[in-house]
Amino acid sequence: MVKPAHPLSADIAGLLRVRARWSPLEFVFWIIAFATIFLFPNYYLILAEIVIWALFAISIDLVLGYAGIITLGQAAFFGFGAYAAGLLAKHGLITEPTLALLASGLAAAVLGFFTSFLVLRGSDLTRLMVTLGVSLVLRELANRFPEVTGGADGMQGITINPVLGQFRFDLYGHTAYIYSLIVLFVLFVIARRIVRSPFGLSLVAIKGNPLRSAAVGIAVNWRLVAIYTIAAAYAGVAGALLTQTTAFASLEGFSFERSADGLLVLIIGGTGYLYGGVIGALIFRFGHDYLSSITPQYWQFWIGLFLVLIVLVGRDRIGTWFDPVRTLADRIAAWRSKRRARAIGAASREGGQP
Amino acid sequence: MTPVLETRALEKRFGGIVAANQVSLRLEKGARHALIGPNGAGKTTVINLLTGVLRPSSGEILLDGKDITNVEPHDRVRLGMARTFQINQLFADLTPLETLGLAISERLGTGTHWWRTVGSRAGVVDEIAELLERFRLVDVMQERTAILPYGKQRLLEIALAFACRPHLLLLDEPAAGVPDAERHEILATIATLPADVTVLLIEHDMDIVFSFAGRISVLVNGEMLVEGTVDEVSHDPRVRAVYLGEAFDG
Repeated sequence: MVKPAHPLSADIAGLLRVRARWSPLEFVFWIIAFATIFLFPNYYLILAEIVIWALFAISIDLVLGYAGIITLGQAAFFGFGAYAAGLLAKHGLITEPTLALLASGLAAAVLGFFTSFLVLRGSDLTRLMVTLGVSLVLRELANRFPEVTGGADGMQGITINPVLGQFRFDLYGHTAYIYSLIVLFVLFVIARRIVRSPFGLSLVAIKGNPLRSAAVGIAVNWRLVAIYTIAAAYAGVAGALLTQTTAFASLEGFSFERSADGLLVLIIGGTGYLYGGVIGALIFRFGHDYLSSITPQYWQFWIGLFLVLIVLVGRDRIGTWFDPVRTLADRIAAWRSKRRARAIGAASREGGQP
Repeated sequence: MTPVLETRALEKRFGGIVAANQVSLRLEKGARHALIGPNGAGKTTVINLLTGVLRPSSGEILLDGKDITNVEPHDRVRLGMARTFQINQLFADLTPLETLGLAISERLGTGTHWWRTVGSRAGVVDEIAELLERFRLVDVMQERTAILPYGKQRLLEIALAFACRPHLLLLDEPAAGVPDAERHEILATIATLPADVTVLLIEHDMDIVFSFAGRISVLVNGEMLVEGTVDEVSHDPRVRAVYLGEAFDG
């Protein structure tokens, strides 16, 4: 038996499709991103660094921007991925970079899974301290076992094989940048898919109201474990990318500064829409370069000032600068759906329904 | 016949305060049962115990004869128990469209699907459409819940519980704070619930209680004072004493 479709169904299906569809602005964004390969061959090294920051910030966005878990310890997974990639290459366990990247992400995910249970309980402040604590513990462990990690000197003597056995990492960062950019794109597409799925929607719901989330049947804790694990994998891949593109891993990967800067990058770009991480990384890295060329010693002063301004000026994101455009688009969509609803209402009244 | 909902000597103590004392309830299938009582009688505590937001200090809760005293709140929803909240508990950043899509996806068990888009599964869209129309939310379906007028939010609050398709529905003052005109619509919608859905209504407004409920339980100071038909309860001198005639006059 087929139930006749509701008159509104087609409209709603359309609206839900629009919600998931890639907007023209996004196409432009990624076309420009890939065009940089041809446009800025002299900036490959810095661009690769930006891509890694972007991926790291996306990882923080998944837990903070979507699920509302405040973290100051995402470096735990970044560093873990970085050392995992280093060890895999150094000991010749997995020599092909893409496979090693995958394995490093997986290793970080396992760590993320087990530490996720620590952040389930407690308030924002507790979470902040617990995540920070985990990353500090890992940093000291890495420091304590120099025979494995190289300790404070960092892990030396890593040789990274050509990607897919074809593309050798060169001095100019040509391979490094293209490789990192493709990884970022693939992981971005997956993250985009995740946040627009029913699962992603449930994360936003949990962030907004955990009590009601449970009251519609959502197993809140398991969803948080899942996204924390996924985000850990993202951070781990970012760390592994750094190791692979620089042939070096150091304690810096675990550092508090890495977590804090990641958060800064995300807040500069804006939380909860994924592009914030990429935009923030661009501004952060070039801002850093520009400011430190003017005042080499005091560039953090300007970053600090900038941060204060962001928080004071508008909510918490630079992304809000585009808000008028978005609001306009929303208005048009709402107006159109209202008009459609009215048309349907009129049609059903004429049809003689009670 | 096994009652849909049964509580046995349910108790909840907060330190020295007994918020619910030896509360025993029994709802048969399809019952329209009201739980009334003066402010602070423990009505919301009872609902929170039933839904698992609070754990009882002692006593048992049975749903369809199964002990659910230690079942997690979200699992109780999966077993067919849904509720509305006295104070709206909504998802401020989601639109009504997304809110209902979410609840329906969860009910169908597709809430963990991360590779699909919302509403890609057949039937979900039809059901969203049906609920939006029934609760007159079509014109605001694309607006953020946070900016909806209170009346619309209230309708969404109830629509959200309906989206769970419960066979036991707990309504915590569904018409609270709603102007008279819209109040009737909410009540009319509740009246359209299928007869086999069991409803427990917590309410202050005696008109609503008398027009809706078949049986009434009166809770006073955390204890069940009386339980009976509308007639029995409204003529009970103890109930009249508690309410001092304020709602029972005329």
